[in-house]
Amino acid sequence: MFSAVNLVSRYQICRWLFIFLISISVPMEVASASEGLAQSGKQLTIVKLSKVAGVLDEMEQQGGDEVLPIFEAMLVGDLYFVKADKTLVIVVERNPDDESVTVSNAFHAEELLNFGKAELKKVRVNNKLRRILRSKIAALTLSSSDPDIRESAVNNMLQNLDDENIQLLTSAKLTETSTAIIEKIDLALTIALLDSADDEERLVAIDLLRGVVEPVVRNKLQSLVEKDSQGKYLEENRSIVYASQSALQQIDRKLRVYGFIERVFFGLSLGSVLLLAAIGLSITFGVMGVINMAHGELIMLGAYTTYVIQQQFPNHIGISVFVAIPAAFIVCGLVGVAIERGVIQFLKGRPLETLLATFGISLILQQTVRTIFSPLNRQVSTPDWMSGALQINPGLAITYNRLYIFIFSLLVFFLLLLVMKRTALGLYVRAVSQNRDMAMALGIRSNWVDAMTFGLGSGIAGVAGVALSQLTNVGPNLGQAYIIDSFMVVVFGGVGSLWGTLVAAFSLGMFSKFMEPVTGTVLAQICVLVFIVLFIQKRPRGLFPQQGRASES
Amino acid sequence: MSDTGILPELGRPGFLRSMLRSKGGNTFLVLLFVGTLLAAMGNLLVPPDSALYVDTYTITLLGKYLSFALLAMAVDVVWGYCGILSLGHGAFFALGGYGMGMYLMRQIGDRGVYGNPELPDFMVFLNWSELPWFWYGFDQFWFAAIMIMLVPGFLAFVFGWLAFRSRVTGVYLSIMTQALTYALMLAFFRNEMGFGGNNGLTDFKELMGFDLQADTTRVALLVCTALTLGAAYLLSQFILSSKYGRVIEAIRDGESRVRFVGYKTETYKVWLFVYSAVLAALAGALYVPQVGIINPGEFSPLNSIEIVVWVAIGGRGLLYGAILGALLVNFAKTQFTGILPEAWLFALGALFVIVTVFLPKGVVGLLSMRTRSRNKPSPDLMEARE
Repeated sequence: MFSAVNLVSRYQICRWLFIFLISISVPMEVASASEGLAQSGKQLTIVKLSKVAGVLDEMEQQGGDEVLPIFEAMLVGDLYFVKADKTLVIVVERNPDDESVTVSNAFHAEELLNFGKAELKKVRVNNKLRRILRSKIAALTLSSSDPDIRESAVNNMLQNLDDENIQLLTSAKLTETSTAIIEKIDLALTIALLDSADDEERLVAIDLLRGVVEPVVRNKLQSLVEKDSQGKYLEENRSIVYASQSALQQIDRKLRVYGFIERVFFGLSLGSVLLLAAIGLSITFGVMGVINMAHGELIMLGAYTTYVIQQQFPNHIGISVFVAIPAAFIVCGLVGVAIERGVIQFLKGRPLETLLATFGISLILQQTVRTIFSPLNRQVSTPDWMSGALQINPGLAITYNRLYIFIFSLLVFFLLLLVMKRTALGLYVRAVSQNRDMAMALGIRSNWVDAMTFGLGSGIAGVAGVALSQLTNVGPNLGQAYIIDSFMVVVFGGVGSLWGTLVAAFSLGMFSKFMEPVTGTVLAQICVLVFIVLFIQKRPRGLFPQQGRASES
Repeated sequence: MSDTGILPELGRPGFLRSMLRSKGGNTFLVLLFVGTLLAAMGNLLVPPDSALYVDTYTITLLGKYLSFALLAMAVDVVWGYCGILSLGHGAFFALGGYGMGMYLMRQIGDRGVYGNPELPDFMVFLNWSELPWFWYGFDQFWFAAIMIMLVPGFLAFVFGWLAFRSRVTGVYLSIMTQALTYALMLAFFRNEMGFGGNNGLTDFKELMGFDLQADTTRVALLVCTALTLGAAYLLSQFILSSKYGRVIEAIRDGESRVRFVGYKTETYKVWLFVYSAVLAALAGALYVPQVGIINPGEFSPLNSIEIVVWVAIGGRGLLYGAILGALLVNFAKTQFTGILPEAWLFALGALFVIVTVFLPKGVVGLLSMRTRSRNKPSPDLMEARE
């Protein structure tokens, strides 16, 4: 009861506020211009369905660009009006829990209002109107002042090149200023020429379309070389068939090259994931010689840290990633130090026992996460700047999240390299790993160095978790999926060699991505494992074995 | 071979001598015999309303524990006596289980859901028209029995030969074995492999004509498992107390020295590895008819590591230690998962840590430490240390 009353009164306040805002906030001179538009907009809610087309024409003349969002909303059925005062509104969000609808005023998009479902009525449309709306939207977007909108309008028209669209495009080309868009329009017109009645024109068009990887072009050319059920070409003019065949070959050649480049990128992307997962291990396992089976769980903790931080700042997802990176480093670093001080230091020189003990820790960490966060996967959202893809050309796109993670993995790698080679801590770590007694004799606190090294490796695992949370599901089993792969990478690259880890990660990533089209994902994974097992037979110390006395032990 | 008796100070190796000296081992054999006998009689001879009645569920549970004990002993043979920490013994266990599962599948005949006399249900489901070649012969028990030992043994031979010849040891070897079982798990999860994919093999009806659900069959399976375990124990004791066993233990304590002396250590290790794999496979083959299912989950690396923990908890380097560990942990697991399912992983994880940090010799080590402080040094422990 209480909440219902509260809701109603809120709506009333909202409406009152709305009227108030309209009356004071709209300056007079603007009002006079959009007044007419608002008036004809109101007509939409009154007139018969058959008269709506005329109203739309009127609105287009009065509003120009401004009516575009209204038309688009109308097309998809998001245009409503308030029953009380016939104000046009566009639905922004439907809230299923309290049956209310968040809308924006059709003429002032920045005003957000809340209405109950019963207070709104949909502006009716039928198929005929939809067709009219589509062509109006196309025309409006083609003449929009924003070049991005114009370009996407041309792209949309590429999919559907009817006479009307061709006319629109031809007229748009005259007023278009951006060369990129002119080229797009030219392409569209050339494709349209393929359907021309004049065979000469068609041959010229085919010639122009050689090597254009746009999927529409390929489909169109494909249809020219199709055969009927008797094996005869549907196209009568043989020279057109031959020309299209050779053009298609050229396109396919190009697509193969782009496909190859894409595969290389996928390989690099998988490699960067492997690198991130393995690089912390190459510190704890490679430098310290500690078999940390809980490494995967530290990655998982990093991913969960990202989740928790996003829960804290739900409105700043874009920045939360940058907060999560140091946070995950600190959380996992501390857990790592705790593991080292609590268990591993008692097991020095007994690698097999360390393996078992850390495996026990990994079970405990997994179950802890399961108890706190539930065994289900958690949703980690991707920031806006990481979603989407970099469209290099119609045949080749690179997703931003993979691109950033690739760069990030290299960044982490070189940062770690810097720490190991240029800082006092790195020097101590290398000294202790080469000769503990001698290092201690020179005054290095080897216990402290051990804890710090383990903390560093664990912290980097956490940072890897932040990156992985953007690619895979975050759940208690996240770590298990990576632990065997990470060990393979480190062993393959050569224990103790950071560069070896880098090379191993990327070559294994490439190897499995190039196997995949032949064998499928699972078999590719098996092949990689078998390959490594065989490789270790030949070179037991990996690609880049450690030199000198340390390797003897 | 160039091996001449090189370790004379250790006392002449001898099976009988070691058997007589091993107090723990004899106790184990007696307990195994008496326990199995009592359980069998309790199920078959005592009426169900009596307090002494042992229900069939317990019989199956005991049989399961004993096959785990055999598996733990297999791991102990290579880890405790030769220092080869295999994190992939679950693979041999599962392969043995699959061999038995294939035989049991063929025994179903036309009693499956689809009623196809030739093809198991999952193949009919996948629209396969004929039996894959590797399923041929599995309708015969003798063939299945041979394959159960041959396939895992051969895999162990190839893997061991490759690994030991190129002197992959220690942690590297452990991780390789883990990769092996992981790869097999991925492979068996695929439907195209022809082993039932995700669901594995199940719905078994009978074994050599005996109904698998019948009490007598269950008891017989328990007795078989106990007999196999006892025989395997004696055989392992025999092997390990022979001269061959002495060399194996020497390899564990200083492989390069043994090699310098002139032994071909890799040959010794390979055959021990194969022997251990066959034991694990037998355990798997005994396990499957009792639990009634085998699926690719048995290949998961976690399972293999769990076996190692049984051995570590019981006390490695002593055969009955491994057996004790397997029984203790699995009993605890049954109890825990019944009462507090979430707590089991916590408990198992804590066990890993506590045992490795505080009990390097396991429960048996703890027991003999107490007796030793009271009396003279235990021969068992001395043996394990040497």
